[in-house]
Amino acid sequence: MAMNFGFKLCPSSALNLDKIDTSLYDKLVEMEPDARICMACGSCSATCTASQFSGMSVRKVLLDIQRGKEKEAAAMLRNCMLCGKCTMVCPRGINTRHLILSLCRIYDNKEEQK
Amino acid sequence: MLLELKIMKDSIVIIGGGIAGLEAAKQLLTLGYTPIIVEKSDHLGGHVAGWNRLFPDMAPAQEIVAKMIKDVEGANIFLETEIISSNKLGNTYIVNLSNGVTIRTKAILIATGFELFDAHKKEEYGYGIYNQVMTNQDLEKWFNTSVDSRIGGKEIRKIGFVHCVGSRDVKAGNSQCSKVCCVTAIKQAIEMKQEFPDAEIYCFYMDLRLFGKKYEDFYINAQKDYGIHFIRGRVSEVSENIEGRLLVKAEDTLSGKPLKVTLDLLVLMAGMVCNQDGSKMASMLRLETDSDGFLRSKDNVCNIVESNRHGIFYAGACTGTKTVPETISEARAAALMIHNYINE
Ligand SMILES: Cc1cc2nc3c(=O)[nH]c(=O)nc-3n(C[C@H](O)[C@H](O)[C@H](O)COP(=O)(O)OP(=O)(O)OC[C@H]3O[C@@H](n4cnc5c(N)ncnc54)[C@H](O)[C@@H]3O)c2cc1C
Ligand code: SF4
Ligand code: SF4
Ligand code: SF4
Repeated sequence: MAMNFGFKLCPSSALNLDKIDTSLYDKLVEMEPDARICMACGSCSATCTASQFSGMSVRKVLLDIQRGKEKEAAAMLRNCMLCGKCTMVCPRGINTRHLILSLCRIYDNKEEQK
Repeated sequence: MLLELKIMKDSIVIIGGGIAGLEAAKQLLTLGYTPIIVEKSDHLGGHVAGWNRLFPDMAPAQEIVAKMIKDVEGANIFLETEIISSNKLGNTYIVNLSNGVTIRTKAILIATGFELFDAHKKEEYGYGIYNQVMTNQDLEKWFNTSVDSRIGGKEIRKIGFVHCVGSRDVKAGNSQCSKVCCVTAIKQAIEMKQEFPDAEIYCFYMDLRLFGKKYEDFYINAQKDYGIHFIRGRVSEVSENIEGRLLVKAEDTLSGKPLKVTLDLLVLMAGMVCNQDGSKMASMLRLETDSDGFLRSKDNVCNIVESNRHGIFYAGACTGTKTVPETISEARAAALMIHNYINE
């Protein structure tokens, strides 16, 4: 039986930019250069129909990918219904729906390669 | 005779030979006055003489300053000179200069500009402690001279820019936003990316304040064409590791997580703060300072270039943070106000 000290050690949640893997982000930027111009305004998440039930947020997906959090981004993407409302409101004119599809394509390719 | 009349016209004392003083002198010359520029340093042009390329169009600062200096050839210029005292007799001021000259003038224009926040005061950023930390001013100098031990002779893989150094910082005594440093950071980040195309560049900001003409486009370009990373969070501490690189810590407030990154160069966006020297001189002239420490205008909406004293006017960054075009416009406005005042 594991010893109970009355406390647990949690893995650090700190982001270390020296160690993160940005290959997914780099690939995305190649396909969707506009991924770079998100200014984190949150309009996309605010208007997203899936957001209130599932926490879907294009803003967070983009941030997670920049911070190397592929799994978190993938989990979130599953909630998208591709309705395109986010594209309508993005003030930077990012075709977010198209971006989501490109991202799914990158994930799919990765799966196939495995 | 017209010519004679021109020569007979009054002399106007301008304190400070930065771009505000130079532009006002040029306009006063055109209006037929004899401007006398009193400059405490050994050169004209003020801070802009130390910059390299100016936002928003990347205009060459040296050429602009050189042209402005050429345009005031007809003015009297005293370098390395300051005002030591002044008295008011009726509607004229008697001004005594440190070089022994005494001037009678109906109007004084104050164009003493700003001071850059002394980055040593923010010890946690390591300026003057680590040899990888420089200021926005140091970087402009490097763009002009290509010499700086902090950049030369080593590999530059990662560069960070810290916004709001000494600005928006009540503890540092400056609650105001310095206004020009967000766009300066982005401008310099782009210039560094051009110099070091393989480097990753991070801007650590609290808010991005890109108020001016075409500034937001700079931001979009920096993201889109140069891949500059913007991280929302104030750098909290900087330390050196055994390899002589910098470890920088901040909160990535957009993900709500603490963040660290190792850098080869850190550029501090030191803010524009009130010029202590200017304030001393102002109190000698019985002028007031505003709550932000800059000189107090008659009011901050319609009469920025006027002081609370008859015959004393302001132009440029002595009353607050200003850009070059704002400074030049104020200098022109001040010249006209002086002309109207004298002809009242
Ligand atoms: C890092 C940085 C980069 C910038 N880049 C840009 C840019 O790209 N584009 C842009 O539009 N703006 C830029 N600015 C803003 C610009 O520098 C200011 O708008 C400009 O310097 C204001 O000019 P000024 O003449 O009012 O003041 P200053 O440039 O400060 O000149 C004041 C002059 O008065 C003299 N003086 C001071 N006290 C006395 C005294 N008691 N007696 C006699 N003389 C005195 C000083 O020696 C100096 O020569 C930048 C600012 C910073 C900090
Ligand atoms: S396309 Fe997806 S992310 Fe965009 S609003 Fe619709 S459900 Fe939300
Ligand atoms: S609406 Fe556009 S700019 Fe705003 S957070 Fe979403 S993707 Fe980014
Ligand atoms: S302009 Fe930007 S960097 Fe400068 S003080 Fe204001 S918010 Fe900070």
